[in-house]
Amino acid sequence: MPTYRPGPVSLVLAVLVALFLLMPLLAVIPVSLTPSRMLTMPTGELSLRHYRSLIEDPRWLDSILLSLRIGIVSSILSTALALTFSLGVWMFQPRFTAVLVGFVLLPMVVPPVVSAVTLYFLLTSVSGLTSFFGYDTWLGVAMAHSVMTVPFATVLILVSLSQLDRRIDLAARGLGASVWERATRVIMPNIKFGIVTAALLSFVLSWEEIGVTLFITSVNAITLPRLMWMGLRDNIDPAIAALSVILIIITVLVLAVRSVVTRQPAAR
Amino acid sequence: MRGTLSDRMGAALLMAPLLLFLILAYAWPFLGVVKWSFTLPTPGLGQYHALLTDDLVQSVFIRTLRIAAIVTGVSVTAAYAITVVWVRGSPAQRVLAEFCILVPFWISVLTRAFGWVALLSNRGLINTWLQSIGFISEPLTLVRNEFGVIVGMSHFLIPFAVFPLASAMRSLDERVLLAARGLGSSRMRTFWTVFVPMTRSGIIGSALITFVFSLGFFVTPAILGGGRSVMIAELIYLRIFQSPDWGLGAAISVVLVVFVGALMALLFRYVKPKQLV
Repeated sequence: MPTYRPGPVSLVLAVLVALFLLMPLLAVIPVSLTPSRMLTMPTGELSLRHYRSLIEDPRWLDSILLSLRIGIVSSILSTALALTFSLGVWMFQPRFTAVLVGFVLLPMVVPPVVSAVTLYFLLTSVSGLTSFFGYDTWLGVAMAHSVMTVPFATVLILVSLSQLDRRIDLAARGLGASVWERATRVIMPNIKFGIVTAALLSFVLSWEEIGVTLFITSVNAITLPRLMWMGLRDNIDPAIAALSVILIIITVLVLAVRSVVTRQPAAR
Repeated sequence: MRGTLSDRMGAALLMAPLLLFLILAYAWPFLGVVKWSFTLPTPGLGQYHALLTDDLVQSVFIRTLRIAAIVTGVSVTAAYAITVVWVRGSPAQRVLAEFCILVPFWISVLTRAFGWVALLSNRGLINTWLQSIGFISEPLTLVRNEFGVIVGMSHFLIPFAVFPLASAMRSLDERVLLAARGLGSSRMRTFWTVFVPMTRSGIIGSALITFVFSLGFFVTPAILGGGRSVMIAELIYLRIFQSPDWGLGAAISVVLVVFVGALMALLFRYVKPKQLV
């Protein structure tokens, strides 16, 4: 079958764009190996001192652990909320579904800075009530991250539900299964992949969230992106380059694994 | 089948947690922000009046619109070039294009902005290299200005601009292109008179998404602009944290939401939501 392929001009332009996209990611590699304490190109000798400072400096380790904790808690919360909501939409197809889903997706479409001001208002208003929840607390950050990630989790779960055959559920229902049994033993096993993807995406979005985090933390809840931000704004610390290289390598590895995993079912 | 009492109960029970969560943690505090814009520091429309008269606010608005327009043009054009290869290239070309689109897409905005600092700063890769080959004697100012902001934002937004374009390019009928070529039209002519017009909905969707995202951008302009080319989002941050003027920060937020809402309404008049994925 003849196909319409891009010509040489298209290919050259695409290569230029690809280089533009990869350039800043490659640029951090030499900078991370500089022996200098400043952000410069290494001249001659290379050094791993900035990688070592990531492990030795307790600030980096503390913020990594905090970001992990916030990411896990907010991912569990948003996945659970998104899952129950999506099951309600799919099993009962209530009236006004479009309006309700639209409402749930708002934090995804509203400019992040406005969501940040909104969550700042919320957390400062409740700060006086308890000491562990509110402005500049890890629980407050986890909750705020859930607000921001729950639309993405909902979209992913709704998409995987839309590919599910309704007759499976109808059969279970006809055989007398309760709503609980239908949800947990019939529907959920069939959308496992969607649920796991939703949880992972929520975690990743929380792990790298900075726009909202900047507004709702000051000195106590210093997440990893928040610490990077502080290092970027003042005197640029080359440890950020080392950290960036590690994050880029992890991303490339995860994407490679994902493409292997998702390509296999397609080959069926 | 639907609409029985127990069904409605079931739906309500399952959907309630998320709806309640977002009402309490998002809708209610947003109304609080709206209230701030009318009550701080004094009740009335003073903050909205200030928006229309304050020179600083005006210049930030104009700069934001200008940067957003340039970034949209750059991002959509660049995204178009790489999407053509991603969708219509040979299998190997597709894998490579997908890699170049998805890897930056998944890497955090901070890391990407930092990569540009490492490239563009006075002692960064580009200036070091240009000086070492003797092309320039003094470093070029490539960052802490609008140029750096536009480069960094375009880099961030290209992957987002790709998806609506890819969806439009995938759904078009290839036979039309082959027919144009078969009838003797050159590659260039087929591209400009057949291919591009057929992806119009993708171009509109891509441009609106990019433009809307650019308006509320915070991190990249703050890092690459170095406080010199402040955009709306950074102005809101400064009003709330540096010169505590919560009322003005809130009023700018409200205006931004209304403006973006109007643009989204426009978007959905031209493009179905499905075409954006």
